[in-house]
Order: sequence, then C-alpha cells, then structure tokens
Amino acid sequence: MAPPPDHRLPIKRAAISDQQRRREVALRLQADRRSDAQNRARQLASSVLSLGPEPATEPEVEPEQEMSEASGQLAGRSDLDPVRAARLRGPEVRKWFARQLMLPEWMVDVPPSLDRDWYVFPRPSGKRCFVVSSNGTTISRLRNGSILHRFPSNLPNGARTKDVSGPASSYSILDCIFHEPDETYYVIDMVCWRGYSLYDCTAEFRFFWLNSKLSETGASDPPSQYHRYRFNVVQIYECNLAGLQASYSGQVPYVKDGLLFFNKHAHYQAGNTPLALVWKDNVCSQYVLDTDSKGQIPSQQQVVLELQNDGNLTTSDDPPVALGSLSRDLIAQSGLRVGNLVRVAIKDERMRLVDGKLDLGELQLVGKTNHSRAFADTYSKVLFQHAARHAPLRIEDLVASIQSNSSMDNSQALDVEMEG
Amino acid sequence: MALEVTQILLNAQSIDAATRNHAEESLKQIQEQNLPAFLLSLSAELANNNKPIESRKLAGLILKNALDAKELHRKNDLAQRWLSLDLATKTQIKTSLLQTFSSPVSDARSTAAQVIAKVAGIELPHNQWPELIGSLLSNIHQVETHVKQATLETLGYVCEEVDPQVVDQEQVNRILTAVVQGMNATETSSDVRLAATRALYNALGFAQANFTNDMERDYIMRVVCEATQSSDVKIRQAAFECLVAISSTYYEKLAPYMQDIFNITSKAVREDEEPVALQAIEFWSSICDEEIDILDDYRSEYTGDSDVPCFYFIKQALPALVPMLLETLLKQEEDQDQDEGAWNIAMAGGTCLGLVARTVGDEIVPLVMPFIEENISKPDWRGREAATYAFGSILDGPSPGKLAPIVNVALNFMLAALSRDPNNHVKDTTAWTLGRIFEFLHGAAVETSVITQENCQQILTVLLQSMKDVPNVAEKACGALYFLAQGYEDEGSVSPLTPFFQDIFQMLLFVTHREDATESNLRTSAYEALNEVVRCSNDETAPIVMQLIPVIMLELHQTVEAQKLTSDERDKQNDLQGLLCGCLQVIIQKMGSIEGSKYAFMQYADQIMDLLLKVFASRNATVHEEAMLAIGALAYTAGPNFAKYMPQFYQYLEMGLQNFEEYQICAITVGVVGDLCRALEDKILPYCDGIMTQLLKNLSSNQLHRSVKPPIFSCFGDIALAIGENFEKYLLYAMPMLQSAAELSAHAVSQDDEMLEYTNQLRNGILEAYSGILQGFKSSPKTQALVPYAAHVLQFIDTMYGGREMDDAVMKSALGVLGDLADTLGSHVGPLISQSSSSKDLIEECMVYDDPLIRESAEWAKLAINRAVSG
Repeated sequence: MAPPPDHRLPIKRAAISDQQRRREVALRLQADRRSDAQNRARQLASSVLSLGPEPATEPEVEPEQEMSEASGQLAGRSDLDPVRAARLRGPEVRKWFARQLMLPEWMVDVPPSLDRDWYVFPRPSGKRCFVVSSNGTTISRLRNGSILHRFPSNLPNGARTKDVSGPASSYSILDCIFHEPDETYYVIDMVCWRGYSLYDCTAEFRFFWLNSKLSETGASDPPSQYHRYRFNVVQIYECNLAGLQASYSGQVPYVKDGLLFFNKHAHYQAGNTPLALVWKDNVCSQYVLDTDSKGQIPSQQQVVLELQNDGNLTTSDDPPVALGSLSRDLIAQSGLRVGNLVRVAIKDERMRLVDGKLDLGELQLVGKTNHSRAFADTYSKVLFQHAARHAPLRIEDLVASIQSNSSMDNSQALDVEMEG
Repeated sequence: MALEVTQILLNAQSIDAATRNHAEESLKQIQEQNLPAFLLSLSAELANNNKPIESRKLAGLILKNALDAKELHRKNDLAQRWLSLDLATKTQIKTSLLQTFSSPVSDARSTAAQVIAKVAGIELPHNQWPELIGSLLSNIHQVETHVKQATLETLGYVCEEVDPQVVDQEQVNRILTAVVQGMNATETSSDVRLAATRALYNALGFAQANFTNDMERDYIMRVVCEATQSSDVKIRQAAFECLVAISSTYYEKLAPYMQDIFNITSKAVREDEEPVALQAIEFWSSICDEEIDILDDYRSEYTGDSDVPCFYFIKQALPALVPMLLETLLKQEEDQDQDEGAWNIAMAGGTCLGLVARTVGDEIVPLVMPFIEENISKPDWRGREAATYAFGSILDGPSPGKLAPIVNVALNFMLAALSRDPNNHVKDTTAWTLGRIFEFLHGAAVETSVITQENCQQILTVLLQSMKDVPNVAEKACGALYFLAQGYEDEGSVSPLTPFFQDIFQMLLFVTHREDATESNLRTSAYEALNEVVRCSNDETAPIVMQLIPVIMLELHQTVEAQKLTSDERDKQNDLQGLLCGCLQVIIQKMGSIEGSKYAFMQYADQIMDLLLKVFASRNATVHEEAMLAIGALAYTAGPNFAKYMPQFYQYLEMGLQNFEEYQICAITVGVVGDLCRALEDKILPYCDGIMTQLLKNLSSNQLHRSVKPPIFSCFGDIALAIGENFEKYLLYAMPMLQSAAELSAHAVSQDDEMLEYTNQLRNGILEAYSGILQGFKSSPKTQALVPYAAHVLQFIDTMYGGREMDDAVMKSALGVLGDLADTLGSHVGPLISQSSSSKDLIEECMVYDDPLIRESAEWAKLAINRAVSG
C-alpha cells in the first residue's frame, strides 16, 4: 500500500500532534508575554505613572503609613523608572492603584468659561473604583486599592473566552462608579484601552474614545455567564444651560449623587485636580452634608484629617494643608500615631483666614477613622461642606455664571465670593 | 587526466565492510586532492559503455551529490564550487553527460539525465549553458526511441530544477511542443510516451502563457485526457498526476473541460487499478483545496475578495460526485486500521468526501444521509463501517444547526456501537467519529453543544471502557476524550468533567501502562488526552491534578535511572521521556496559572527541576526539546525564585543554544532565554555575557537554520528589557548586527510567499529587539548611547514602508518602535522623527486601518511623538 501524497492529510489520522501544539502554545505564550512586557513598559512609560518619587528611605512601610504616603504623593509628577514600575507585583499593585484615580475637587466657586471649556454629567451614587481587565479576568478596586469584585466581563481580555484581539495580557483600565441597586458599573472615564494609555489625552478625546470603544466590546450587554456585570456609559453634556439643566433635573437610570464637571482640555491626572469638580445640592443628591461614622449628620461639621509628626492636622492635598493641630498630651492620651486619620469636629464654625490660610480654630477630637479609609479630606471638601451648612453655592449661581458668560463673551468669569 | 575509478566504485558497493570503507576513504581522498580530475573521471565513467553498470550508476550518483544538497547553505556552497571550476573541465563533463544519452543502457541514461538537470539548475540562472535546451531538443527527432526517451526525461528533470523565469518563452514553447508531441497517442513507444507525460508534469509550471492561449490549452488538455485512456497503467497514472497538477495551477482555466474530466475520473475511480483510481480521487480533492481557499478569501474580513473567482465546480458536480465517493467507502481493506501509513481507495474517498463537505457545507448532508441510513445496520461490517465513516467525514463543513439534530439522534447509536459492535473496524471508526463530533459540535465556539450535563457521563463511561479495547480502538477513544476535554477548556468551574477527573486520570494512566501501549500510537494518545484534561482543570479540580505530579515524576525518575538498554528499548524510553516531560510542561503551565494552586505546586519545583536536569543526559532531540519547554514553563511560574536553579541549568542552556544541527532545540532554547528574562529580570545579568556571546555567534554563522534568527533578535529585546542599561556593553556588538540584518531585510525582494513571510519574521524580530533596547534604557542616564542609532532605525522603517510588503505584525511592531524612540529619546529624536515623512504617513495610514490593534498602536505612537516634538 502506497502512502498518501505528501500534502494530502488522511481524514482518519490524528490531525493534531500534542507535541506540536505544546510547541505552538509555548511560542504563543512567549510572544504574548513579550508583547505584554513591552506594552507594560510602554503604558507606564507613556507617563501612565504620574507617581511621586519613590520613597527615598525604607521601601517597606507599615500599612497605615502606606496610605498617608499614597495620599501625600498623589499629585507629584516625576518619571518613575518604567522598567522597575513594570515589575510591580502583589501588594505593590494595590498600592499603585490606590494612587491612580483622578479625584475631583469640590466646587467652591464657579470656574470661568464653564459653558465653553467644561462637560457636566449627573454623578451616579455608589462606589468609585478602578476596573482593570486583562488576562481573562476583570478586577475592580476601590479607592483604597482593595478588590471589590473579581469577575468575567466582555471588556477586552476580561474573560477566558476565545478572544483573538491581541495579547491576552494587555490591560484596559476604566474609571467607574459601581451602582449597587442595579449592579451596574457606570463608566465615568477611560484610562487605558487594550494596553494603550489615555492618560495624556484630553477629556474630550477620552470621552470620545470611551463612547466608541466600549460599545464595540459588548460590555454594555446584560449580564451573562461570561459577563457578570453590565457596564454603562454615563450621558455627558456640554456645560451650557441645556446641558446643566438636563444633568441637574433630567431622569437617569441610576441614583444621582451630585454633578461632575470635567474640563475638556485636561489630561487624566492622578490625585486631586481642580480640572474636575464635584458639586451637589439637595435636589440632585441625597447626601449633601457629610455623615459621621454612624451615618448621622452631626450637628457640628466634622472633618477627617491626617496627623503629622509636628501635631498638625492636614488635608490630603499636595502639598498638604494644615487646618489645625492636636496637643502632644492629647495625642499621647488617645494613642494616635503619625499618619493616622482622625475625625475632628469644628467647634467654632466661624471660618477665619490666618495668613491667607483657613484656620478652623479649636478642634474637638471625635476619634480615629476606620481602616478602609485611605485619605484625609481635601481642602476643597472642607470648604464645600462648610459652605453647604452656611451659604451654599446654588444651582442658580451656576446658571447665572453660564448666562453671564454668554452675554459678555470676552469678559472674565465672575468670581463667586464665599460669604462664610 | 581521467583517473581509473572503476574498481574503487565497485568496491564501494562491496558487501564486505572493510573493502567498502577503504573504497569510500579513497574516493574522499581523490576528491580532496583534485576535485576537477575527480569529477571528470566520474563523468567519463558514467559515459563509458564498456564499464559495468554498477560503477557507472554510482559515478553518476556521486557526481549528482557533488552538485546539490538538501541544506540550503551546503547547496549554495556546492553551486559556487561548480561555478568556480575552470571552463574546460565543465565543458568536458557536460559533453560526457550529453554523450551518455546514446548509451543503450537505460540506467546510465536516466542517471545522466538527473545530473544534467542539476548542472542546469546551477548554470541557467547565471546565463551559462544557453545551448543546453537547444541541443536536447535537437535529439528529439532521433529515430532511436531510447535517445528520445532520455531527452524527454532530461527535459522533465530540468524543468523540475530550474525556475520558470530563467527560461525564455521561445524555449518554453519548444519544450512544450516536444513534450506534448511525445505524449500524443500517435507515439508508438510507450517508454517515450511515459517519459513525455512525466516531463509534462514538471513542465506545467512553465506553461502560463500557453494556458492563456485557447488553442494551445485545448491541445494540451486533449492530449492529457487521451493519455488517461492509454493501455499502459503507468501512463494512465502519470496522466492523472498531470490533471491533478493542472487542477491547482490552472484552476481558473478548467471550466470547459470539467464535464469530460468528470467522466474520465469517475470511470477511473470505479474501474481502474488502485494507483490510477487514487489519482482520480486526488483530482477532486485538489479542486476542493482550491475552492476552500477561494471561499476563505471571500469570507476574509480584510481583503473581501480573491484574485481567482470561484467556479463552484464541486457544487455543480455534487449530485454525481457524492455517490461516486460513497461507493469507494465500501472498498475497505481488512487490516487498514492496524497499518499506520495505510492509504487506499476507501481512505482517499473519505478524505475527499470530508473536503467536499468543507467546500459546500449544508448541501452535502441530504446526499449522504440515505447512504448512512441504508448501511448503518447492515450485517456486513463493511456497510456499517462505511456508513459511520461517511458520517464522520461530513462533520466539518455543514453548520452545527444542520448537524446537531442528526447527531442528537445518532449519539446513542454510536455509543452502543462503540461498546458492542462485534467488528473492530466499526468500533475504530465509531470512536473516531465521536471524536469528530466533539471537535466540531461541542465547545465554547459552538452555540449549542450537543454534549449536555446528562449525556456527558454516559459518553465518558463508554470512552473509558473502550480504552481497554484493542490498541487501535483504545487509541481512538483517547483521541475522542481529547476533543471532549478541549471543549471544556474555557468552561471555568462548571465543567461537567469535574466529578470524573479522578476516574479519567486513573484510566489514562492504566492505558499508558498497557503491555501493548506502543502499538497504534496508543501511549502517545493517552498522554495527549491526559494533557488536554489537565488543560481544562480549574480551581476545583486542581488538587486532583496536583496528585498527578508525584506519579509523573516517579515515572520520569524510572526512565532516568534505567540502565543498559538495547537500542530498541532506548528508542521506546526516549519516546516515553518526551511524553512525560511534555505532560509536566502542561501541568506546570496550568498549575502556575491557577492562583490557588501555584503555591502548592511550587513545593515540587526543586524535585521537578532536579529530574529535568537529569533528562538532559539523554541524547535525543525530542526529549531535549520537551525538557527545555518544561523548564521554560517552570521559570515563568517560579519568577525570580528560578534564580537558584540557574547555576546548574546554565550549562544545558548553553548546550541548547549551541545545537545547530537540531535547530528546533536551538530555537526552543532561545525562547526559553526569553522566559528566563521575564522571570529573573535583572537577576539574569550574571549569565548575560555567556548568552549574548552565544547568540551573537549563532547570528554570524551561516550554518544555523535561518528560522532561528528572528527569535534571536527578539531575544535581544527580552534581555535588554530585563537588564536595562546594563545592556550598554553589548550595544557595540548587537547594534551592527541588527543594522546589517535590518538593511538586508528592508531591501529583500521576496519572490514567493514563504520568503516574504520569513522576511517579515526577521523584520519583526529586529523591531522587537529595538523596542526592548529602547525601553530598557528609558530614564537611564545612559540613554544618550542610543541616540546615534536613531537615524538608522528610522531609515529602516522608512525603507520598509517604501517597499509596501510589511504584514500586520511588522506594522504594529514598527509603530511600537516609533513610539519607543520618541518616548525614550524624547527631544533628541523629535526633529529627526518629524523629518521622516514615511513615519508620519505610516502612522496616518494606520490610524484608519481596519484592525483595531493597529489603529490603537498608531494612536499611541502619535501621542508619544507629539510629546517628544513639543517637549
């Protein structure tokens, strides 16, 4: 019996050789991992990592200090060695993510050219988190870096399905709010897509990219076996009168928690930024005034601040702003350590400016905050909360600002003075 | 000057080993001392009718081997050596060769024909020996048939050796005229007719122009078709071989002839002798190949069309073609399932039926079903086997929606047949068909699998039971399990296989220990199935896989310890070691990828490494390759902890990198260096001098198989990315190599697809090297060291862009390098990049590319460059 012709594979002979398959799998894995290693370096290199300088002294830090360090370095922009950064593993990753979210300042006055340079949208109420899909799984992390969910999704490489669209390890990173009532991730920003960084892109570009890319993946489909949670985009408006009106009083499929304003030209910047702002009142949010640890609104304004070694209590801004201090005795008495986050009540609610700085006067220690809390309050939050109790910035003020802008096009925007 | 070599040549074929060795030694000496004289003597020996045929044939063979070799570099060396001989010698040798044509001894003529073709293969591309074809054709009108026959044979060999481009059309016309005339029915000598038909087979590639001329094509086709009706079986077979070659080379010209060809082939399939019938079936298989390719092109997202239109010959022939093929299935041979290389009408018919199913899809189903229903319960095993075979053959092609209802009905019947049919052939084919069902109608890619939680258990019970059957049936059952498991690879924790893991492993291990496990490839299939089941394990079943590790290690240990084996035992031992290392590799990969099992797995790492190092004592290539792959997987899983194994492992790594002969080992080892870089990162530094030296040596060698070069370049990138600025000391050596390879590959003119693919692999490797190096130096104070190379890198991309032959992977890598250049060197290269218009064009072009990955790479490169230019 003659053998079959060279190129003719008999149908009833094993078509596969597992050895060949092992060889191919090994080669494919190597190629994927190479492109993964290079993409990680690229991602990080393209100043994805707007990290602060590496701690100059001891790299091993206590968990408690970790948080303060993270908050303290949020806004510092200097290049970390990308290759070293690409090697982040385990807890380092957690720490890294804790520093990556862009945190809006609270709107205490109306920025100029609101209608020309800004977007507005109603902010979903829920847990702010980073969602990362890669290597066949999707992980959401809260602001403090801890994991909220680990699940399969239709995001790129977000589930172990036969997705052929590139190396399985390339990241996508979304900035989301997880909205409990309908178990939906509302995507408010896109940071990385298939390994390509959008950090250095304007909000205008990021939102455009977000809207065109997310729908391609089927991430907004209803949940299924390989897609545990739905991802929805939030409707974003130009911040003109119509847009503001729609955001403020329009119907949305989620519980609103204030309005978010994004400057169109701003890049995604980790840490606090005045180029993204949050504002709320009783109409568009259930939680205008901060609650205490028991969920009650305290009679006096309470503030969470970080204890420094000179006894000063500071905000999480960069550089930190000292808003008061605790005496050494009190520190010793209550067993506080440097870097602890403490909750204090403002006894005398008349605000004073001392040497151009806000001074809260005598502070009453309420207690330590619980461990999950990663950051102290920001300066703008303290101001906003104070204003909310006494002389809030009203929706009418925002409307007036937009109207005045459109009537006198070339003028500087009005400053809305605080009257506290 | 000719030497007396007859006796030496005869001695070289002596049955006495000492005499033989001595003669071979003498031949070698003469060759080394005086090559021209040696070659002259051989050609004189071949031409001399007074010499014994044995010495003449060997003289010709040695001559042929002095002109050509399989390995490319050796082939080139030999060609150069021939070209550099003095003209007088070459002319004399060629004259002797042409003289041999008139020899009455057919073996001498035939040998001379082959040698002439080799010389022609070297000389014609250099415009030497232009008179060859003319002088051959002048023989064609010789009255002596043996000269005619030798001439035609030589023309055939020359066409086989020489590229069509080096022969001008006028000569082609003369060759074809002579060949086709020789094939004509009016030719009375069947030797001449056979030689002509075989020559046409080789000359078809030269006939492009002639096939576009209707009259000439009609003539050639008529003569070929007539030759299929010759009374000589060899001529009929050779004529059908021509038809097969025409079907792939001139598919688009076939329409006017298809009706006649169908009649000819179907008569041959039904009535002619087997070698002829097989070629007749092959014609239809070949048409299927063409149409499958064209239809694939039609469906392809990016091109959307094909150069050649589909004529749907198969679709049109379907109502007559399918019954003809089904008839062949009933012509099985008694022992075909025991014979690995068996090929007969039934097997060729089933293979063709499978291709027809892939060509036409759903339409084949109603044509095959009546045959299956009629035969599946016949008392004669041939009916039952043919029906099952027909069913198995059409499972790839038709839509799952069309097949699923039939499979749902058939499944129970199949399972019963596999357990109870009295005939081994039927069981063999049934198990194979089940495997095809699992392969094509089950798994994540299929919308509704025919396998459910409920029938899965029943299927497994039957398959595991059949693994105790005769070896060929057990082997097919293992194959079926392989595909069943493959369908669950992406299933996560809900896999219905979960409750049966223990039973499956137990049975498969039992099979590997069967006395007769070496028959019918059974042991290999059992390990392959085992690997596949391991691949679809999950959090829940990982502990059971973990129990497998000591078992496999023990087996491997026993093979390592085994002493004093016969060569047959040694072979079997090597096979087994290869399988065990392969199995370990799969387990390591899987356990390393399951977060919960990684730690527990690492407990075994020391022992596994120890064993694998011992395995390197084996001299077998496959075993080395498997062990190397397992170590690569272990390195990736162990990460920086792998550093502790490096001192012992390093020597084997170096050995692998030095293995030129078994280049696949070299390639795999280069890949493992990449794994090590990613695992060890800067801890690989102490070994880099050695590794880099070896890699650089490999690149400068012309003996290393070319396929290893692209991965070596990529590996430079891996090393640079791992050790960062420490790569600086290698720049001096690596960069010039990259540059010269870049230059070559940028300007490479690719004559065929294979060469084009290789060129692109090379380019991709070079680009990956540049990316790794650039990224490794990012933020280093030594970045400056790279600035001088930037212009060259840009020029490389410029040239490739100009050549327009980059494939998608190269384009993506090129975009990456552009971004990396900008990112690492910033303002140093900003102006340089802005000046490069093709970089800009490349990026702009890719921004609107269909492939989203390329589009996004372009976006990224643009961003990085904008930053470099503005900052």
